[in-house]
Amino acid sequence: MSEWRYWLNEQRGTLTGLVIFLVMFTVYVANHPAGFTANVVHTAANKGVLLAFVAMAQALVVITAGIDLSVGMILVLTNCLASWIVVGGVMPTSLGVAAVLATGTLCGAINGMLVIYGRLQPIVATIATGAVYFGLALLLRPFPGGSVNEDLADALTGRLFGVVPSSLVALAAVVLLVWLPFKRSVAGRAAYAAGSSEPAAFMSGVPIRRGKFAAYLLGGLLAGMGGLFLTFFTYTGEAAYASGSAYTLWSIAAVVLGGVSLYGGRGSAVGAIFGAFAARTTGDMLFAFDVDPLWQPLLQGIVLMIAVSIGSLALLRVRNRLDWFQ
Amino acid sequence: MSETSESRLSIKARLPVFLRRADPAVLTAFGCIFLLLLLGSLYSSNFLSPDYLLQQLKVASFLGVVAAGMMVVILLGHIDLSVPWVMTMGAMMACAAAGFGEIGAAVAIPVGVLSGMAFGLLNGLGVAYLRIPSMIVTLASNVVAQGLMVVYTGGFSPQDSAPNAIRWLATGALLPGVPNAILVWSGVSAAMVFLFTRTAFGRAVYGIGNSERAAFLSGVGTRRVVMIAFVVSGGLSAFGGVLLAGYASKAAQAMGDPYLLPSIAAVVLGGTSILGGRGSYFGTVAGVILITLLQSILSVMQMPEAGRQIVYGVVIIVMLLLYGRAPPSR
Repeated sequence: MSEWRYWLNEQRGTLTGLVIFLVMFTVYVANHPAGFTANVVHTAANKGVLLAFVAMAQALVVITAGIDLSVGMILVLTNCLASWIVVGGVMPTSLGVAAVLATGTLCGAINGMLVIYGRLQPIVATIATGAVYFGLALLLRPFPGGSVNEDLADALTGRLFGVVPSSLVALAAVVLLVWLPFKRSVAGRAAYAAGSSEPAAFMSGVPIRRGKFAAYLLGGLLAGMGGLFLTFFTYTGEAAYASGSAYTLWSIAAVVLGGVSLYGGRGSAVGAIFGAFAARTTGDMLFAFDVDPLWQPLLQGIVLMIAVSIGSLALLRVRNRLDWFQ
Repeated sequence: MSETSESRLSIKARLPVFLRRADPAVLTAFGCIFLLLLLGSLYSSNFLSPDYLLQQLKVASFLGVVAAGMMVVILLGHIDLSVPWVMTMGAMMACAAAGFGEIGAAVAIPVGVLSGMAFGLLNGLGVAYLRIPSMIVTLASNVVAQGLMVVYTGGFSPQDSAPNAIRWLATGALLPGVPNAILVWSGVSAAMVFLFTRTAFGRAVYGIGNSERAAFLSGVGTRRVVMIAFVVSGGLSAFGGVLLAGYASKAAQAMGDPYLLPSIAAVVLGGTSILGGRGSYFGTVAGVILITLLQSILSVMQMPEAGRQIVYGVVIIVMLLLYGRAPPSR
């Protein structure tokens, strides 16, 4: 096999995610009354970027064969925090942004500590920490409200040169500055190795604890960025339980659509971004096809159900029935 | 080293038989219950009155029924996150059936439970036959159930109120002084204990929780057992929802949302391993009572919702760190 076929095999999940997104987006734009204009792309990008951040966070953790059911609550918590402190002049605003991102990172670090050093199951541990984060968010914002530095918010949610949505540029910058360095680092390789086979990685002397901890930590950071952007879009902070759990849920769907294996070790955060945009487009498509809003949650649920069932096609390749029980 | 273990042994040997056999987690949970009651009685003397305790048991019985179903699934090493909307659906379907006159009222409870079992079957098929991780399937089916209920109600709470039979089941008193809900919970509990300790299904559940491969190779139809376990969980969630509708005298959107975390917490606090295969039903009962008392004390202390969420999360994490840790992998 030549070099590029290895590359293609490695990127298969990501490319599938890209194709799913492109097909859905084409159908959506073709049925949109306004067609393919900068406005339509701008709106779609702004909606997708929020989920994309959370999906990247989820992807990092899922790659280590874990799961983070608190990502949505970290988003809500950082949203509420940002609506208090990302205000005022240049200095207070930048300090506020730094504090918000640090909070997200701290939340991720707590999850990582509990899962790796506390040896707790990621599902239950992150449900519990999610409850704590949501409680903190409610303490910060018992009622929706607050404000944000509107110059910064408009700059990051507007358009560059009148065409390119700047939220997409920010997302690309995060991919370049956070995801790629992580993937190429020792910790990143360790995260993949730990997700693929923890005993084998341990026997090979891979620093699995450091790798997994880095994944949870960066997951918190990315979810915090999502919360920051949510504040930039809405100008307010709101501790909404339903919105937090919806983000958690759709982050998992996005990860699956983006070709990241829930058993760990396969896929990339870039795939999760495409998955996130595809997941958002399903919602938009229902609008474009003028579906009764009452039916939308049900249709989205069915799409989600089908998306998670796709992975079970791999069962057809199983030769030994004992491989079911991995 | 050997000396300490011998002295430990002798301490253990001196304990009465029932303490020697008991699971330390279950003892801890019951210890915490007494501690909470003690703290509560310092706060207000009403805490130890029979009326208050019966009222707590009545409130606990809704969570108890849901947690019983959750425990079957957790013993398998799986989890059921579809509890919130399956509960709501059970309640709404039961109330809807009651709208169809006499016959409808008679079959209201079975209709509610059956709708929950149908969703349990969906979960079970996905987990057992399609091998999708249980957390993912049940999250997705939760959304589907929510979508169905949104379509059914048209986005509003239905005005259907709970029929008298359901209200009687939740709030009436067959034996004077003992609410029916407690009797229902006792019935469910007796059935669960029988299921876990006296049936092949129960043994298979523990076996699969320890090692599905080993259970499969020993000739257990593991896929069927897993599927049935999810059906049981769905049915009990919906039944919990029906009881709750009787207590609140109507079904409402999102009425099951506050039950997901407590039901998992109750099972885990009762010493059932989240990895599956280990745990006793009495632990779950203790966990349910513990959670209910905790909720009651927090609300008596007028703790706001935010504080309650934080206390919940912290209590669960601390208890997990005490006895819910996985063995070191190396």
